[in-house]
Amino acid sequence: MSNAIAQQRGLGAMIWDYITTVDHKKIAHLYLVSGGFFFLIGGLEAMIIRIQLMKPDNEFISAGLYNEMITMHGTTMIFLAAMPLIFALMNAVVPLQIGARDVAFPFLNSLGFWLFLFGGLLLNVSWFTGGAPDAGWTNYAPLSTTSAGHGVDYYVMGLQISGAGTLIGGINFLVTIINMRAPGMTYMRMPLFTWTTFITSVLILFAFPALTVGLFLMMFDRMFGSAFFDVTAGGNEIIWEHLFWIFGHPEVYILILPLFGAFSDIISTFSKKRLFGYSAMVFATVLIGFLGFMVWAHHMFTVGLGPIANSIFAVSTMAIAVPTGIKIFNWLFTMWGGSIKMSAAMLWSIAFIPSFTIGGMTGVMLASAAADYQYHDTYFVVGHFHYVIVGGVVFGIFAALHYWWPKMFGKVLNEKLGHLAFWPFFIGFHLTFFIQHFLGLMGMPRRYWTYFEGQSLATGNMISTVGAFLMAIGTLIFLYNIVYTAIKEPQASADPWDGRTLEWSIPSTPPFYNFKQTPLVRGLDPLWIEKMEGRKGVTPAEPLGDIHMPNASVLPFLMSLGLFIAGFGFIYQVDHNAWFIAVAVGMGLTLGSMLTRSLKDDLGYHIHKEDLVEKGDGK
Amino acid sequence: MSHDDVLNPKQMPHDPEKATLEGKNKFIGFWMFLGGETVLFASLFGTYLALVRSTSGENTPEHLFGLELVFIMTMLLLTSSLTSVYAMYHMKNHDFKKMQLWLGITVLLGLGFLGCEIYEFYHYIHEYGFTFRSSAFGSAFYTLVGFHGGHVVFGLSWIVALMIRNQKRGLNLYNAPKFYIASLYWHFIDVVWVFIFTVVYLMGKVG
Amino acid sequence: MTDHTDSTSKHKIDIHKKEHKEEMIHQVISFTLMILFTFIAFGMVILEISSYFVKPVLILLAVVQVVFQLYYFMHMKNKGHTMPAMMMFSGIAVAILTIITFTTIIWW
Repeated sequence: MSNAIAQQRGLGAMIWDYITTVDHKKIAHLYLVSGGFFFLIGGLEAMIIRIQLMKPDNEFISAGLYNEMITMHGTTMIFLAAMPLIFALMNAVVPLQIGARDVAFPFLNSLGFWLFLFGGLLLNVSWFTGGAPDAGWTNYAPLSTTSAGHGVDYYVMGLQISGAGTLIGGINFLVTIINMRAPGMTYMRMPLFTWTTFITSVLILFAFPALTVGLFLMMFDRMFGSAFFDVTAGGNEIIWEHLFWIFGHPEVYILILPLFGAFSDIISTFSKKRLFGYSAMVFATVLIGFLGFMVWAHHMFTVGLGPIANSIFAVSTMAIAVPTGIKIFNWLFTMWGGSIKMSAAMLWSIAFIPSFTIGGMTGVMLASAAADYQYHDTYFVVGHFHYVIVGGVVFGIFAALHYWWPKMFGKVLNEKLGHLAFWPFFIGFHLTFFIQHFLGLMGMPRRYWTYFEGQSLATGNMISTVGAFLMAIGTLIFLYNIVYTAIKEPQASADPWDGRTLEWSIPSTPPFYNFKQTPLVRGLDPLWIEKMEGRKGVTPAEPLGDIHMPNASVLPFLMSLGLFIAGFGFIYQVDHNAWFIAVAVGMGLTLGSMLTRSLKDDLGYHIHKEDLVEKGDGK
Repeated sequence: MSHDDVLNPKQMPHDPEKATLEGKNKFIGFWMFLGGETVLFASLFGTYLALVRSTSGENTPEHLFGLELVFIMTMLLLTSSLTSVYAMYHMKNHDFKKMQLWLGITVLLGLGFLGCEIYEFYHYIHEYGFTFRSSAFGSAFYTLVGFHGGHVVFGLSWIVALMIRNQKRGLNLYNAPKFYIASLYWHFIDVVWVFIFTVVYLMGKVG
Repeated sequence: MTDHTDSTSKHKIDIHKKEHKEEMIHQVISFTLMILFTFIAFGMVILEISSYFVKPVLILLAVVQVVFQLYYFMHMKNKGHTMPAMMMFSGIAVAILTIITFTTIIWW
């Protein structure tokens, strides 16, 4: 119970501590490490794809393996890299920004992480058991329902499990932000990162159930002989496409919105100015979330939904450019006249603005349904979505990691190495993806294994591959920076950036109870207000008292492990009935753990105020 | 608030389910979850509506469905919704025994519903040869109604587990939120059933 | 002193009990109406009234029943339900979009 003796323990104890932890800051570490691991795997897959496409008629990998590469690259990057990295940031930062001691459901927070991790592992086990999924990350039927082997089964089970984790995480953050804000932290005083986390969680809540249903139908079709997507028995493949994109389009806003929030906080901090147009920013975030649900069919313009449907979805898609434009201008105006400090975090943020805007503009091009018939499934689309996802999400994750690293790990990432990692990545990124727009317009289709000599595609692809290597170099320098910082850099102060929000009012890294006394929030940028009035820290809202903390628990790990085992059972019961034993064992473990959780009282424990005083100035 | 105040409150507050922060969190969180469930069932309903005409042979909705059984099931579930309202009424008046009694009645009605549903499925499979695999309509029907049935099973197990666990110690601020959200879940199951009997059975019969 | 607080809290409890009773009456009324609507719905189908008329009425009756469930049985009309109501309505909006999609643009 007492985390006070957390130091001076062996490796085994540390692992056990992380397996059972319900502390949002440690769960953030877990998300970061596993998300980073999958990011590297996804990056490796990307490099293999680029090497295969480097020259005409290349046979670096076989066509079948190439299909597995593109499928796993997309799936891994979206579900297993970007999502957890975002959850890492949310977990590390949101409770601190709103002045909370923990999230609303610490137990569920841990469960969400383990479900994600076991789902991701299940998906990647497929590499070693006879082939990864190969029907594209969109997994369209009938390509997916007729795909041989068990690859697509792994896709279905892996995403189902990790998707459940994401849904749980989303609900957790919603309730945290609704119920756990410190006194005075009204909705319109929340930092933008908290706001975007809130809207993102709403999107998760309403988007993921559609994926859940889609995956269930796919699972039933592939493993239990139902006929949802089987045209010969009256099924309809368009159902999968709709369900996938009803989830899939909000998903891209789920990815980008939190980083919009991070950029807002970073740009305002390093411009030494309050965010320009705060309420417009909030409004734009809500509007993007709202419109994000009405545009999914723009992925299906060429399906043949008819001119009316295509027109409606074209118009609603173009409408999203308006709130996004509001945001772009507000960031620019925040910097305008500010005293800008070019830290690594700020560098990534400034690079994001033009890069993402290019992606946004090609987005408007693609939104025009008639023109989309030309762009559809070409490299133009690949160029577009990498511009928004790499130029937006990945730049954002790098920026946010530089910004919040001291709060997460107690040390400021080396700035020089930060700049050094930025330039190859930034140049490499534009080199890789800008040319892909033109390759697309020249007729190079997406997902093709190779192309012929004399199609004038060779030069462009070569440039693209060179760029990919530069991005890899940038990533490696960033990794080196992490190691270098851990060894060489000194302990960071509580407020290394002269920050504006509550997380900078407590030590880096914060004590496990975050705030000794809950802070009183007196306006937007609460810490900055106190600084301007000449105070050192934030005014507390309560006298020093006992702090209630949740108990650690191994149950989330066991529940997820159960589903992991049951997942194998579901996949292989098609081959042999004996695999139902795995289903029974796994589900038994999961349901048994759930029952234990329900029946066993877990009231948490208290840190007594005497202990808090003893520790000296814990804040 | 110390553990003792939570487990053995000297005086029960007005809304025991929302008296602690944990209770408030559970309350909001569970409503959010129900919002997500709405989309989940909408996706299932959408799939069903898209495939309802994809029948094979004689097994069409008009031919299969009998309204008598569905009417009984509807009455059972609707009444169980009222009895769980009674249970929550007694919880708010801090009368644990009566709450347990009404929850018990709710569970019995729920079991009755479940029995009917199992009989119905059995009947379709053995009398009509209408299964999960016979047509896209069959897949969609069993998936939609089966998902609802699965929710009923889960809801019943949940309520029974809570009842047994707290039989001896009575109501406190720790278990009141659990009882409350379990009853919310039960109501939501009835909400879904209202649409199932309307969209699947009645409109299926109308054709 | 203690007597005094005891009597006021007892008084408070009585008020709450009265409130609960009133709420119960509303709930019983809504239950009766729900049963009535169910009878009407089944009756219309059994009497084989024209489907152009029956279908919209069936949907309407179901929606009213659900409103009763949400507002009376699940207490959404009470205080402190702003967030739940907002989330339910958002969920319902997405649900309606989904249903419209699957009944119009799936390539029949």
